[in-house]
Amino acid sequence: MPRVTRGFVGRRPRDSRLPPGQYDAGDQWPVLTAERAPHLDTDRWTFRIEGLVEREVEWTWDEIGALPRERWDGDIHCVTTWSKFGMRWSGIPVDDLLEAAGPLPRARFVVAHSHSGYTTNLPLADVTGGRAWLAFDAQGGPLTREHGGPARLLVPHLYFWKSVKWVAGLRVLAEDEPGFWERNGYHDRGDPWREQRFQGD
Amino acid sequence: MSTDPGTRPTTPRRTLRWQAATVLGIRDEAPAVRTFTLGLEEPAHHLPGQYYVLRLTAEDGYTAQRSYSVASAPDGRPEIDLTVERLDDGEVSEFLHDVVVPGDVLEVRGPVGGWFAWTGDSPALLVGGGSGQVPLTAMLRHARAAGRPDLVRMILSVRTPSDLYYGDELHVPQVTPVFTRTAPDGSARPAGRLVLDDVAPLVRGGETAYVCGSPAFADAAAALLAEAGVPDDAIRIEQFGPTGS
Ligand SMILES: Cc1cc2nc3c(=O)[nH]c(=O)nc-3n(C[C@H](O)[C@H](O)[C@H](O)COP(=O)(O)OP(=O)(O)OC[C@H]3O[C@@H](n4cnc5c(N)ncnc54)[C@H](O)[C@@H]3O)c2cc1C
Repeated sequence: MPRVTRGFVGRRPRDSRLPPGQYDAGDQWPVLTAERAPHLDTDRWTFRIEGLVEREVEWTWDEIGALPRERWDGDIHCVTTWSKFGMRWSGIPVDDLLEAAGPLPRARFVVAHSHSGYTTNLPLADVTGGRAWLAFDAQGGPLTREHGGPARLLVPHLYFWKSVKWVAGLRVLAEDEPGFWERNGYHDRGDPWREQRFQGD
Repeated sequence: MSTDPGTRPTTPRRTLRWQAATVLGIRDEAPAVRTFTLGLEEPAHHLPGQYYVLRLTAEDGYTAQRSYSVASAPDGRPEIDLTVERLDDGEVSEFLHDVVVPGDVLEVRGPVGGWFAWTGDSPALLVGGGSGQVPLTAMLRHARAAGRPDLVRMILSVRTPSDLYYGDELHVPQVTPVFTRTAPDGSARPAGRLVLDDVAPLVRGGETAYVCGSPAFADAAAALLAEAGVPDDAIRIEQFGPTGS
């Protein structure tokens, strides 16, 4: 049980779209990274699904460009406390990509990794069922390099550190394997509505 | 560039528990900037650059959490210093400045953040703007306590001379202040934003650069470092405060 802080009244959340502890970034789309954004050449770009699958699949930029895309409109939430409402995204459902690889029955988790070496872990259930995309466009234009272009993962129902920028692939696993921030104390799942920021939340 | 978390400082994976933190002292650093010394119930070792999460709870259970970098060096004392800039209309920073007095008990958990941390055994170039002074000063203090001040060089961008924190502690040869609005009388460099000529002379090669400040500052500073020849994978960035992008 949290201890009451003498004299603290607090401000109530103003908007029901805001999870606890978040503020509305308005027109801004903050770029928060721990490193400089890499330049990725689409000629050499690939996306790969490996691990516990019937067949490992790798797509080139042109191959992935030929797959059908869908649109997702909604809100995103960053663990650093900004939220952004009413965004427009388009990308390929992760369901479609996973179906091509055929996860084995033991598969329960994925590690998503980037072309820069960043990793994050997700339950398979959080990237399937129409809840995750390999995204190429946001707000009506191609994703910029700062926002993870040419392609990033989009898992909007979780804190945005799970939506790997410059994504390179998914490794399908039977056991959960903490990624970069998760090894540094961040939560393994990261549900903004439950304020799952750190291990133990 | 590569991120190989295996070769980078990582704190042990553990559940961060909330603990009581008693306000032992409050000190003014600059206009609207104060340092809070907190006595910890369960002291923990931190690396300079790491932060604590602070939680406030209202009678009805409403809570607000914010992150604050540790300003003190890891010196084994059961207390930490947090330096907080008061933002107008800031839910937590305003409360800390306007309401909190010594003897109050707050809640914190940490230390958090293994990436923007300096272990103290290799050359570091510290580049800070505004409240970015806080974690970088922890690094400077650590280097001094370890008898290795030669390992760090620090460049700080602040508006005026009175915006430098920590009294005279930053008036040392390892620290180059850059004033953006008002330079001290007689200074050779006119007031203005950080430019390549400020940064380039501090780059020796082989160091890790730690950049901390507002997102706009951090972007600009990281670009200057890259221009000055620091490889992208040797630049670590921590951003806080209102954003410009
Ligand atoms: C790792 C880390 C370390 C930090 N270390 C320090 C430190 O050492 N010292 C320090 O003073 N601060 C530090 N901060 C910032 C600190 O956590 C709080 O964000 C800050 O104190 C403001 O909180 P508040 O409750 O006073 O303001 P809030 O009530 O959160 O916000 C004040 C106003 O600004 C708006 N706002 C809030 N955040 C943002 C934002 N990011 N962009 C745009 N508008 C925003 C709000 O809507 C509101 O209008 C750190 C942040 C991080 C992530």
